[in-house]
Amino acid sequence: MKDFKDIRKAFSMHVDLDDFIPATDEEKAYMVQMRPSSTFFRDGVKRLLKNKVATVSLIIIIIITLSSLLIPLFWPYGFGEQLGIQPGKPVDSSYGNLKPFEYGKTEQERIAAGEKVFPHIFGTDERGRDYFIRVVYGTRISLAVGFFASIIVLIIGMTIGSVAGYCGGAVDLVIMRIVDIIYSLPDMLMVILLASVLKKTLGSALEGTALEKIGTNIISLFIVFGVLYWVSMSRLIRGQILSLREQEYVLASRAAGAKGSWIIRKHLLPNSISVVIISTALQIPNAIFTESFLSFLGLGVNAPMPSLGSLASDALNGLSSYPYRMIIPAVVISLIVLSLNLFGDGLRDAFDPKLRN
Amino acid sequence: MNSKTAFYILKRILLAILTVWIVITVTFFVMHAVPGGPFLSEKAISASAQAALEAKYGLDKPLLVQYGTYLKDIVTKFDFGPSLKQRGRMVIDIIADGMKTSVKLGVIAAAIAGVFGIVLGAVAALRRNKLIDKIIMVITTAFVSMPSFIMGSLLLVLFAITLGILPANGAARGGLVLPIITLSLYPMAYITRLTRSSMLDVLGQDYIRTARAKGVSSMKIIFGHALKNSLIPVITYFGPMLAYIVTGSLVVEKIFAVPGIGRAFVKSITDRDYPMVMGTTIVLAVLIVVMNLVSDILYKIVDPRINLE
Repeated sequence: MKDFKDIRKAFSMHVDLDDFIPATDEEKAYMVQMRPSSTFFRDGVKRLLKNKVATVSLIIIIIITLSSLLIPLFWPYGFGEQLGIQPGKPVDSSYGNLKPFEYGKTEQERIAAGEKVFPHIFGTDERGRDYFIRVVYGTRISLAVGFFASIIVLIIGMTIGSVAGYCGGAVDLVIMRIVDIIYSLPDMLMVILLASVLKKTLGSALEGTALEKIGTNIISLFIVFGVLYWVSMSRLIRGQILSLREQEYVLASRAAGAKGSWIIRKHLLPNSISVVIISTALQIPNAIFTESFLSFLGLGVNAPMPSLGSLASDALNGLSSYPYRMIIPAVVISLIVLSLNLFGDGLRDAFDPKLRN
Repeated sequence: MNSKTAFYILKRILLAILTVWIVITVTFFVMHAVPGGPFLSEKAISASAQAALEAKYGLDKPLLVQYGTYLKDIVTKFDFGPSLKQRGRMVIDIIADGMKTSVKLGVIAAAIAGVFGIVLGAVAALRRNKLIDKIIMVITTAFVSMPSFIMGSLLLVLFAITLGILPANGAARGGLVLPIITLSLYPMAYITRLTRSSMLDVLGQDYIRTARAKGVSSMKIIFGHALKNSLIPVITYFGPMLAYIVTGSLVVEKIFAVPGIGRAFVKSITDRDYPMVMGTTIVLAVLIVVMNLVSDILYKIVDPRINLE
């Protein structure tokens, strides 16, 4: 009998009023989305941190950068300081070519007298300069050159590329032909040629200005980068702008009534900025590599300033007796280039999944 | 070859000629923009001697006339003028001398890079995600991110100084072994990675699956279908590889004191031997441009599907 009653109730038109009671706060809280929606940037960072190789590379880069910035602050020796030369005294040749953790004559006397002398961890070079601090400064200069050269390339490439992309037509055609020609030039040869000439030409032009301090060679390196390496960046940005403009989601957004500024802010920028950042990041090791190459050929930074390339180049002369002087800058430079490349790859995988292959 | 391909080839040749002309022009004017000119050395020479020297080398004429003569001499006679520092020798003779060694160095290095790169790449692709694949990938990653001067120096320290089994001097007997190894490692690593990824791509294609389904033996699939097709992208690397070997030889010849064109070039830069710098830049640039042209055209002919524009 009881079952029959239930069936009757199910078929009846009666409405259960309990279903229409307003929800309590507790019930409302249950329906709220459990996780706050993630932004594009936060998503990318999360993916990046999941990538172990990229994270380790990032940590290595940070450690190298920080130590190149901080160690000179407390290190008792300067990068150009020749320890054997004291004012008013004859040159003390015992400071030249010290092996790691050896001391010069006067330093040994001071140690014998009970004083504490800061050790030369990597020894000294043939002029009696502390090698460790030279490697640190060389790292700093190589990193700085790489960073600023990439920024220069980014600015020039972005400007020209976006002009070509936006204007289209004849402007685009002319710019792209110029890009084609610069692209087909043998870049390294042109870099060497320009660097060797600018080095001489700039010397007189820069005299007395603030730029003189940086050194003609680094300035000419920046000019070379500005002249030659913007092409791939501008090609990339032009392509991005051209293809993004035609994307369906841009059309959909426009159809839904979005204004131009909204489309640029919400669609074009976030979609192209990742490509720009990634290729800038990948440009840095390239620039560091080029700088060290030029320094190795004697076209890099001005003496006595060290760079990792010039340190390696100097080490060639005493290679059989002091191979570690070659190996130390070599290891540092390989570590920097490798970790920047791996980090750039990780950045690409995290922020631009379309490029992943 | 259809007319479209022919048009493409023609266009590429014209672009190559244009590029060479631009290289010559840029080199000429950049070199002549140096203040003081080539004879302004540390030693002061009298005004009359300076004038006589400039007249001898044609430096007293207007710049455009000099440019015209320079261009004409290059095109008609391959003449880059006399060297300023090596008395009595023509630039082109010095270049030809250096080329003998450098070409040998470069060709052997390229051949080693090609053979080992393709074999290692194919092995890595066929043993994907196995231990040997991982080892190959780790090693090639290291080689790709190591600048050539570091690679060369480390090999020099290891084999010539620590172990002492190979000579450090490039002019000695067997002295080219280390320079060749140094030059070939980077392109080899690059070709390995290129072959691996394109081989993996090809192995996933439908026609490979069809061949498997038909019961073709895996040897035949690998050598008859997969390898041949996966080598196409490698062709495009010929041009860049030559560019790498040319610039790499500058460094490698400096490290190992190889009497080649690279060392002569570096020396001419430090000596400020302008005709030599110009001549070498132009010859090497022509070499690179021509090689790029050949590899692009080959690529287009081998695989007509590819639209290079």
